[in-house]
Amino acid sequence: MSDLTRKTAVELADLMSSGETSSAEITQAHLDRIAATDTAVHAFLHVDTEGALAQAADVDSRRAAGEKLGPLAGVPLALKDVLTQEGVPTTAGSKILEGWKPPYDSTVVKRLRAAGIVILGKTNMDEFAMGSSTENSAYGTTHNPWDLNRIPGGSGGGSSAAVSAYQAPLAIGTDTGGSIRQPAAFTGTVGIKPTYGGTSRYGLIALASSLDTPGPCARTTLDAALLHEAIAGWDPMDSTSINQDVPPVVAAARNGDVTGMRIGVVKELGGEGYQPGVGARFHEAVELLTKLGAEVVEVSCPHFQYALPAYYLILPSEASSNLAKFDAMRFGLRVGDDGENDAEKVMSLTREAGFGDEVKRRIMLGTHALSSGYYDAYYGQAQKVRTLIARDFARAYEQVDVLVSPATPTTAFAIGDRVNDPIAMYKNDLCTIPSNLAGNAAASFPVGLADEDGMPVGFHVMAPVMRDDLLYQVGAALESALADQWGGVLMSKAPELEVTR
Amino acid sequence: MPSITREEVAHLARLARIELSDDELDHLAPQLDQIIGLVAQVSDVAAEDIPPTSHALPLSNVMREDVNVPCLTPEQALSGAPAAEEQRFRVPRILSEEA
Repeated sequence: MSDLTRKTAVELADLMSSGETSSAEITQAHLDRIAATDTAVHAFLHVDTEGALAQAADVDSRRAAGEKLGPLAGVPLALKDVLTQEGVPTTAGSKILEGWKPPYDSTVVKRLRAAGIVILGKTNMDEFAMGSSTENSAYGTTHNPWDLNRIPGGSGGGSSAAVSAYQAPLAIGTDTGGSIRQPAAFTGTVGIKPTYGGTSRYGLIALASSLDTPGPCARTTLDAALLHEAIAGWDPMDSTSINQDVPPVVAAARNGDVTGMRIGVVKELGGEGYQPGVGARFHEAVELLTKLGAEVVEVSCPHFQYALPAYYLILPSEASSNLAKFDAMRFGLRVGDDGENDAEKVMSLTREAGFGDEVKRRIMLGTHALSSGYYDAYYGQAQKVRTLIARDFARAYEQVDVLVSPATPTTAFAIGDRVNDPIAMYKNDLCTIPSNLAGNAAASFPVGLADEDGMPVGFHVMAPVMRDDLLYQVGAALESALADQWGGVLMSKAPELEVTR
Repeated sequence: MPSITREEVAHLARLARIELSDDELDHLAPQLDQIIGLVAQVSDVAAEDIPPTSHALPLSNVMREDVNVPCLTPEQALSGAPAAEEQRFRVPRILSEEA
């Protein structure tokens, strides 16, 4: 049989239902692939070999017993280390949680288990999801499988790198300002940020509670849609969860017809500051959608230019409050508890030792933005800008069905390039942040390689709240038309990784 | 004129319970100054009559019936504790000598 790690989730599911292979074999093939390539890629912080094989064996025996299983049963997946999985180390990329084993499953993990999806392990990320490159992980940087000297994007760089290195056909990410979409763009994979509240935050170690959204990563649109359907839906354990039916994402991914769809190109997201190869692939994709029958117009969203500054007030404010729970008392690291130091001193010493630079910067920024005398000028004003951005979206959606832009201003950059320039790093998320502030659904789909560096370019689609299906419709249309042009999906152009045995 | 001084950053670190070394202050203070320069752009927007949005979706409080539901056992709840004693979290003293 050809290499199981090259198959899509749908192909793997077919091979299992026809009895040609088992989840145990598929899982072992992916564990072997991780063992052979992860020294170079470093996508995983923890590989749960025993747990994954046990889950696979369980699915195989249920299938043998004739049990009716979900469409992804037995397919392996990589889980971002920000979601709790009972008994499996969960660090959120931080030293402060080193060795912590959560006593409960997040809702996403519960649903993965219910779907029979096999969790291979936990993937690397920027500490507490603060970053765009994985360089803020306390456990080392993940390397982009397309070029190991470059970053894979962040914060969910580990999940996207795992998918693009064929270590897993599926992965879970979380998106607060672009942490699913930007790494997807940088690794030539598909990444979806569902509507805020469409997927549960229960058991997600919170960064900014009004923005955090778990979602699927995959190599194809249909695989992502199936995973989306498996994890989405109302959860009484999350008070911001939406109590409505999951949008018909799988049907949309199978349909892929954009005839008559009205597509708006966001004027403010492009042009100056955007890499030429990114602009070129983006415009070609827009042209392709026109050929496929979509009506394309230009749309202005004048307040999007203030999304980045508003985000860097709202996010740190929420983060500084959420991260107050890392106080060295109930879990995680404790430093300086010598019998002399009081609790406050121990807390300060622990947070000093346990948090990295970016986390410290953002906690202090949030503390500043919320402090008396600054609150109205900073946090209050940022919340008003958030309203204006949501109004820009609402006005645009009166004219068009979806909005589009490049997913990122540039392709993946070299490791170390922007480490000491926080603002250059923040600008990675210029195009992705508005959708987090407004809570709507958005996604990145691969549309080719930039001429100047041969790195993948992502096409960003934004759809109204609870119209996640429209993302998949556009993604599927692009994917099949581009695959016809290229003779395969973009990932088939990725260079072979050197394999260590 | 920086938008935030080294002393103010040191004060923020104390408020946020992060013990910063002098070296770190030297490194982080100018970066925070730059970042505050960026975020201060929000004040360029005329938004006086605009209502604030704290949350993307209009939601009201969510309640559930007041009934017992399964929860963590004491062992599970204490499983990640840095120190535990008699089924409780053991913490450093909370009052200082002079208090």
